[in-house]
Amino acid sequence: MSRDYSKILTANDLRLGDVVYWAADQRWARGITDAVVFADSATAEAALAAAFAQSDLVVGPYLVDAITTETGPAPAHFREAFRMRGPSNYPHGKQEQAQG
Amino acid sequence: MYRYTEFDESFLRARNAQFRAQVARRLSGELTEDEFKPLRLMNGLYLQLHAYMLRVAIPYGTLNSAQMRALARVARQWDKGYGHFTTRQNIQFNWPKLEDVPDILDAFAEVGLHAIQTSGNTVRNVTADHFAGAAADEIADPRPVAELIRQWSTDHPEFQFLPRKFKIAVTGSPNDRAVTAAHDIGLRLVAREGEIGYQVLVGGGLGRTPMIGKVLAEFLPEADLLPYIEAIVAVYNLIGRRDNKYKARIKITLHETGLDEIKRLVEEEFIPRRAAFKGVDQRLLAEIRGHFAPPEFIKGDNGAPPLSPALRAFIDSNVTAHRHADYAIVTVSMKSHGATPGDATAAQMEVLADLAETYGHDELRISHEQNAILPHIPRAALPDLYQRLKAVGLATANIGKISDIIACPGMDYCALATARSIPIAQEIATHFRDIGLEEEIGALKIKISGCINACGHHHVGHIGILGLDRAGVENYQITLGGDHTEAAAIGERAGPGFSADALIPALERLLRAYLTLRDGVDEPFITTYRRLGLGPFKAALYPQEGAQDVAA
Repeated sequence: MSRDYSKILTANDLRLGDVVYWAADQRWARGITDAVVFADSATAEAALAAAFAQSDLVVGPYLVDAITTETGPAPAHFREAFRMRGPSNYPHGKQEQAQG
Repeated sequence: MYRYTEFDESFLRARNAQFRAQVARRLSGELTEDEFKPLRLMNGLYLQLHAYMLRVAIPYGTLNSAQMRALARVARQWDKGYGHFTTRQNIQFNWPKLEDVPDILDAFAEVGLHAIQTSGNTVRNVTADHFAGAAADEIADPRPVAELIRQWSTDHPEFQFLPRKFKIAVTGSPNDRAVTAAHDIGLRLVAREGEIGYQVLVGGGLGRTPMIGKVLAEFLPEADLLPYIEAIVAVYNLIGRRDNKYKARIKITLHETGLDEIKRLVEEEFIPRRAAFKGVDQRLLAEIRGHFAPPEFIKGDNGAPPLSPALRAFIDSNVTAHRHADYAIVTVSMKSHGATPGDATAAQMEVLADLAETYGHDELRISHEQNAILPHIPRAALPDLYQRLKAVGLATANIGKISDIIACPGMDYCALATARSIPIAQEIATHFRDIGLEEEIGALKIKISGCINACGHHHVGHIGILGLDRAGVENYQITLGGDHTEAAAIGERAGPGFSADALIPALERLLRAYLTLRDGVDEPFITTYRRLGLGPFKAALYPQEGAQDVAA
């Protein structure tokens, strides 16, 4: 049985290296909650191709599996969960930004 | 230690200016990422999970206090206040902004440090025994030769696009503290009838196909060393595989071509290269050697200072015999329980620099085991030194014990990782301290890698731990019986991996079994393992399996 298609588009910001997500308002967002979830591969691949053309903004865009939670999209794999949060040994990365 | 010449300084200034222009062109959109990536990698700049990472070479692990202060300055001014010392005697900064990197590199150039060839398919930072020039068991200081190789390999036009990266390590002591057998070329300094020469190992390496280096030359006279190394790299450059990244290291070339044929090719290549050197390498080596003259050691006060129990424990654990009876080599643990192995804050780096300047002839070392070394400390200064280390959390007396763990950055930072390493190391250290077994277990090398590339040297750990992704869950495989010394050995896989939650209890079963099985308190884990083999340790790791076997 095939699984429902559910992917988000992510990359790293050119200047900071920070993790970014492609958002519904056609910009790169810092938080995964703003990420647009693609429900079909054609739309997702078109967005990925467009992201590669934005080399002056982001580095290494790629699509990742996502799940939908009460708070919005979330990564399906632990690697992406670490990217979303930051390292586990210091409160750096996005968890630091979240603390303000 | 080596001081940059005017040539070195102008070369580095020019290189940094070139990279500054490349960064500007990337930021302005003139360069695409595809165009920029090879340029940034040539200058040690990676992009990892959360941010850029800058890897700076500490040649053969030797630093002076000014260089250590520069590391602290960069950590504080452009990063998040700390740096991560690696198993290749490099330092990594995990949070630089792209636009700041040219300024960071200029700050390093001021003190003779750079990030050139800390990435890419080139000859990487040459590593050496971290006790070089200080150890009581040393034949001769290996660093002049390491510096010679650094100068020869830096920007070497023939070797900028090798089939794969190339790592060289040198030891001047028969007790190999530089893991030479796990390098593309390992050099072991030997003395024969008063003459200094080198045993040359080739084709060692860890990663997905771990191999122990094989002896290509049993005794190579020092005068032949550099052309011989060049001949090896030239042969590899021509016949090393470029069709498959995973078969591109010289260990595979050696395995597929055969030792005898490689030896024949190298010896054939050596003849014209030896002639072409015309002795310039030896003149340069003599000049470099002058930079590594031992400090003027001062005869110390013979009266032993009164030792507190804590200081005695520190000395027992962290102090090694020095070539001068009144001096000591002090290993400063960057593994306090629960800390990230190899991390030091800017404040800690500054204290290390101060201590090197005040007591230690201005010398510091970084070991491949991710600790700092003060190689020349008068024994009389140990009480003061200990107090100053303690004040900044650097006096942990755990060298060579279960909490003195090598761990790669793993999936907390590294884009290649398949699982995390750091939290595993933290948990092992705190768990065995908390249950009171650290001292009882004694000498033990645990080494953790977060992927098969084995930056955490897990293959040569007495206990090796490899983090993998098994169906979307972190999973940890255990290898036993590895050895990183002159008796180098690849560990044996014990069985199926463990989840992160099951790993610590499994290690506790394993080590409690060791405590029962050992032949007295003086028999270290590795000796017991060699005496008894995998069987009883496997039974401890997998008690269910044993029960099933019995039931069957």
